[in-house]
Amino acid sequence: MKVFWSIILIVIVVIYIFPLFWMISSSFKTRVEIFSMPPKFFKFDFTLKNYRRVFYKVSGWGKFAREVPSEFPRSLLNSAIITGFSTLLAVILGTLSGYAFSRFEIPGKSDLLFFILSTRMLPSMVIVVPIFVMYKKLHLFNTYHGMIILYIVFNLSFSVWMMKGFIDEIPKEYEEAAMCDGYTRFQAFWKIILPQTYAGIAATAVFCGITAWNEYVFALILTSEETKTVPPTIAGNVLKTTGVNWGEVAAASLIFLVPVIIFTFFVRKYLLRGVTFGTIKG
Amino acid sequence: MKKIMSDRTLVLLFILPTILLLVFIVVYPLIWSLFLSFTDYSVVGTEKPHFVGIRNFAELISDKYIWLHFRNTAKYTVMAVAIQFFLGLGIALLLNREFMGRGILLTLMLAPMMLSPIVVGLFWRYILDANWGVLNYFLSWFKIGKIAWLGDEKTAMISLVIVDTWMWTPFMILISLAGLSAIPKELYEAAEVDRASAWFRFRHITLPLISPLLLIGLLFRTMDAFKMFDLAWGLTQGGPGTATSTISIALYRMAFQNFETGKSCAFAYIILIIIIGMSNIYINLLNRIQARGGG
Repeated sequence: MKVFWSIILIVIVVIYIFPLFWMISSSFKTRVEIFSMPPKFFKFDFTLKNYRRVFYKVSGWGKFAREVPSEFPRSLLNSAIITGFSTLLAVILGTLSGYAFSRFEIPGKSDLLFFILSTRMLPSMVIVVPIFVMYKKLHLFNTYHGMIILYIVFNLSFSVWMMKGFIDEIPKEYEEAAMCDGYTRFQAFWKIILPQTYAGIAATAVFCGITAWNEYVFALILTSEETKTVPPTIAGNVLKTTGVNWGEVAAASLIFLVPVIIFTFFVRKYLLRGVTFGTIKG
Repeated sequence: MKKIMSDRTLVLLFILPTILLLVFIVVYPLIWSLFLSFTDYSVVGTEKPHFVGIRNFAELISDKYIWLHFRNTAKYTVMAVAIQFFLGLGIALLLNREFMGRGILLTLMLAPMMLSPIVVGLFWRYILDANWGVLNYFLSWFKIGKIAWLGDEKTAMISLVIVDTWMWTPFMILISLAGLSAIPKELYEAAEVDRASAWFRFRHITLPLISPLLLIGLLFRTMDAFKMFDLAWGLTQGGPGTATSTISIALYRMAFQNFETGKSCAFAYIILIIIIGMSNIYINLLNRIQARGGG
């Protein structure tokens, strides 16, 4: 009986991991092998050409053909800039607000917290229509600061709820003792509470970062050439061309997904908390 | 004791930036779009918005194609969430014991839900391709002929559910495992002494204790599935025809392909009202679960 269930489990795991394996192996195949039937699983001519094509595209024909940088490296940089700054600020604001919500009696506190949470329940598509109109008017369309502000807000409710949860777990007595020793409230927060939330801050940052990194709807609608991030770039390449070269798509996707998988590994302890907005402490 | 800053000022300084940003990026645009929903405005046009009363709403409500998108969304949500629920619980029951390499295995299995849905959708196009897709190749082992997964109206929705299930079952596994690992071992030991059957133990010990968590999981998944855009857009772009066109996709086409900005604002408001209704139920349930100590 135990053996039977173990076999079932192994089968499920293999099925589960296969698509990722397939992406990795496709990214190292030549164009011919990508479309070969039966598919080649392990024995194929290993090539790195797809990775080169992700960064350099061929321009011109025949003997005039030469390699020019593709739009991918630029979009990778854009993604990094927008994700980095928006995450940093979302976590800072989330920590401050989380602390205030955790420690003080604020009039209408539960309503405020509900309001903050409800902003995350809005479908992106519903909110992006008026934001598009507004961004056009305010010249925030296709700018770094426009995208950074947007992603801060997009992550803010998560960051506030997560950080409130982490700070709730630190006993109030710590600050009270510090304040008896002559610390101001701010010093107590800065020197006593903050150092104890580093793990929580790191976990929150990773989740915010992954969300911003993966975000597609806002990026699709509110960016163009100069600030386009990776998801709309990859999507544009697939959806706008016929005869997609899946090897190149796999290579680009992998470059984009690997950081996410690595960071997921680091926060695995907090995964449950992260995906449930801190409602389940796990 | 001197106080440089009163608690009140501190609270204001700590909370105000958050609230202001939310008002600027969420509340203000929503008020603007409420106004636009009563106009014939188009962002690409040069004309100023004209007030048209409730025409946009009336047109939308009487448009039978609009309800088709709601039906698609409901179909997809119910199928995907139900399958993920049972699959997630089942796999969690299998994983709920100690064995070699459990940690690394779990991380690998949970990875899909952290990936970018648009990229996942795009890559599955290749896996599901009728001619050189690897899924049809595996099916050919079982003498199943080529299936045009994404090209046929009947199978496109199933394909979407399959990919969504690959991506989001990990979420239900994670939730179920959390519930299972929190059950005190003594309960099972007591049941063992009473010679209770495996089914009895599951029905009377496991299920009641993990059901609050499972409910939270279901609620999260339902809300997410209802507003889903990326995955379907990457996989099928709503096609073929309108077979997999969800409400988010319909809204996207109306707002950014037909540029009927005023009408799409009205549509967005209809969706918004449904979401508010749903999330009210959701928050109420969540509060009740937490009050019972399940959180």
